[in-house]
Amino acid sequence: MADVLTFTDSGIYCPAGDFFIDPWRPVPKALITHGHSDHARPDMGRYLATEGTAPVMQYRLGPEARIDTVRYGEARRIGDAKVSFHPAGHVPGSAQIRVEVKGEVWVASGDYKTVDDGLSEAFDAVPCHAFITESTFGLPIFKWTPQEVLAQQLNDWWQANAAAGRASIVGAYALGKAQRLMRAVDAGIGPMLTVTAVENTNEVLRAQGVNLPETSRITEDVSAKSHPGALIIATPGSTTHNWVRRFPGAATAFASGWMSMRGVRRRRGTDRGFVVSDHADWDGLNAAIKATGAEKIFVTHGYTGTFQRYLAEQGYDAHVVSTEYTGDDAEDAA
Amino acid sequence: MKQFATLFARIDETTKTRVKVDALASYLSAAPPEDRVWMIALFTGRRPKRAVTATRLREWAAEVAGLPDWLFEESYHVVGDLAETISLVLPDPTHEVDHSLTHWITTIKALAGVEENQRKAAVIAAWDSLVPDQRFLFNKLLTGGFRMGVSAKLMTRALAISTGQDEATLTHKLMGSWSPETTTWEHLIETEDPTADLSRPYPFYLAHPVDVPDDLGAPSDWHAERKWDGIRGQFIHRGGAHYIWSRGEEVMTDRFPELAQLADFLPDGTVIDGELLAFADEAPLGFNALQKRIGLKKVPAKALRDSPVIFMAYDLLEHAGADIRQTAFAERRALLIDMLRDVPAQIPIRLSQEVAFKTWDDLAKVRSLSRDHNVEGLMIKRKDSPYLAGRKRGDWWKWKVDPLTIDAVMIYAQSGHGRRANLFTDYTFAVWNGEELTPFTKAYSGLTDAEFREVTAWVRKNTLQKFGPVRQVKPHHVFEIAFEGIQPSSRHKSGVALRFPRMLRWRKDKPVDEANTLDDLNEMLKLYG
Ligand SMILES: [Zn+2]
Ligand SMILES: [Zn+2]
Repeated sequence: MADVLTFTDSGIYCPAGDFFIDPWRPVPKALITHGHSDHARPDMGRYLATEGTAPVMQYRLGPEARIDTVRYGEARRIGDAKVSFHPAGHVPGSAQIRVEVKGEVWVASGDYKTVDDGLSEAFDAVPCHAFITESTFGLPIFKWTPQEVLAQQLNDWWQANAAAGRASIVGAYALGKAQRLMRAVDAGIGPMLTVTAVENTNEVLRAQGVNLPETSRITEDVSAKSHPGALIIATPGSTTHNWVRRFPGAATAFASGWMSMRGVRRRRGTDRGFVVSDHADWDGLNAAIKATGAEKIFVTHGYTGTFQRYLAEQGYDAHVVSTEYTGDDAEDAA
Repeated sequence: MKQFATLFARIDETTKTRVKVDALASYLSAAPPEDRVWMIALFTGRRPKRAVTATRLREWAAEVAGLPDWLFEESYHVVGDLAETISLVLPDPTHEVDHSLTHWITTIKALAGVEENQRKAAVIAAWDSLVPDQRFLFNKLLTGGFRMGVSAKLMTRALAISTGQDEATLTHKLMGSWSPETTTWEHLIETEDPTADLSRPYPFYLAHPVDVPDDLGAPSDWHAERKWDGIRGQFIHRGGAHYIWSRGEEVMTDRFPELAQLADFLPDGTVIDGELLAFADEAPLGFNALQKRIGLKKVPAKALRDSPVIFMAYDLLEHAGADIRQTAFAERRALLIDMLRDVPAQIPIRLSQEVAFKTWDDLAKVRSLSRDHNVEGLMIKRKDSPYLAGRKRGDWWKWKVDPLTIDAVMIYAQSGHGRRANLFTDYTFAVWNGEELTPFTKAYSGLTDAEFREVTAWVRKNTLQKFGPVRQVKPHHVFEIAFEGIQPSSRHKSGVALRFPRMLRWRKDKPVDEANTLDDLNEMLKLYG
């Protein structure tokens, strides 16, 4: 039987439907799992994404991008392929893409996580013959802090800083992680501030009906004086910008899956590291793969070689595929 | 252990001195007294000995976590720390308990006396009752590798804050050969008796590096001598006994039995600051010879013959039982010269000779000959300076000789640990041997993050072969490698081993065929080995 999906220099390709999934080179037809920049790239002829992903893509790729939308679970016929999108639990609107050709089902999962983050649509295991998985955190050293413990840690940290008259700056990825933290904390502790990249994403998400707590954008006149004891949600790159000086003595933290490693925490030079990721941890990856019932597994990015070997030892027909996905948290760690 | 884990996390995750000192001071106020003493002990290098081998721990952890050995090893490679890897891969504890730090250290010490299967059961039971951050600390204590990013000085400052005593007094109290099993908080910290421990050395005064001494002012205000390449130490003769302390605050008395006779010629109530050197025919044998002695706790006669050790005296800190550190250096030195004048030549102590100079240029000429004398450069001390504690700027300077360098070709690259697991940061370098490239050293520091990224991108595109995590790359890039010393080595294909090799710069300007040769290395070995 011919492969439902193949791996090309431009991305994951479906010959029966003549379309690509998350391609990294310009192609006529692109199906997109989610809005992160390593998966939703510019210059595609046409895009197809979920209703929850399209607004962020439109904002990031510009008004010229031609994006068609689809609901979760809605079946579409493209050429000889039957296609549907299913929640991946990674960020709001993120999807696994199910492709069926002559009864053979393959699923490209993009990025995913299996735990409920209180924000994204919950991951849905899709039965399939072949499953394409990431492995950003595909080592047994990665185990995430449960969401309620994380919330408690964040609140305690923020509260202690606020009581000491300090602002709390936490670095997190602008789409997904930032909003997840906002929803997890107790908004009663103090004001919440955001840097531009985060607030712009907030606006897009609020407009599509995602419920987020009240936040204020950091403008020239926002400082430790105007917003005492604030929690500031910043992108990893923005914590060296000028606005930081208006919050002297602020406590700093970074929220990422890499924070589970001591060496990474130390090199970051922040006061605190919160272990939180929008990717699956070791147990999550293994549980998700098992739940699909797939026998053939393709590993796209992360600790690919190691994870493939482990899967092969567990009896899967596992392969490494080289792609240009970087994993958002991988960027965060650089 | 929870309190201690919180302390560790607060210290470990910040670079701010204020935060570290606050965390230590609050621990010293809140923890039970016996835990405080253990904390001080751990921070001053008084760690419990390794109780279980690393090999066993790996096996047990992989077994408990249900992982194949190779996967445990790959995880270890990424994390870069065994204690941490174990703490991360194990399943969550089934029954958390919060025992004191002292409880866990006592548990660990008791492991030494039991059968291996009991030891294994005890370790696994401990793992099962500790959450990962506490488990990590337990593992560190277990493997004898406990270290924290805090100097003894910072700890002393925190102790000063929490007890109200001054730092210098506390520093002195913490020196000497105490252990938490032989002392109490009351005795160690609260009691006012600085002479209680006769073995106690003075805190060492450390020099700052200087690049050009011209700014130091009039040469006549300064005294110069050679910077000997051995182990800094103090020789103490008090109460009829003698002690030798290293700068690392370790008692080394028994490792250098030949120095016992010094006590017969130096009066009681004497403390001399100096350098332990392997030395024969009035010349140093080099650090390599001394290194052979450091590891030996029992010293065989052959080692005493082949690598005899002397004490090269720099300074007199205690004279006739009195602390004279506040006296001017020139006066202390005069007393030292007096004391050593009549010591016979067969006794293994020497006065570090003064290097006379009129101008800084004179001194620069002497410095340039340092390698010929097997010394690291020069020490420059202000004649009227007191003997201070720690690394204080202004009075003592070290003017080191430039490192040796060689241009070498990168032939293998390996990924780093942790965040650097995605970057190639560990390289193997080679020199030309005819048409062939002979590897001679590895180096993994000295480049900027941007350079590491650039090399990584290049390695990905120019890999010839993969051997596990190691990649053989096209011989193309030349790096200037700096190192402090060179010695013959039968374990290396090149026949040489370098001391402290690191990348000085990436020689993008240099074509690969202009890198140095094995003959060049052998020439260096002849000159400086
Ligand atoms: Zn993503
Ligand atoms: Zn990704």
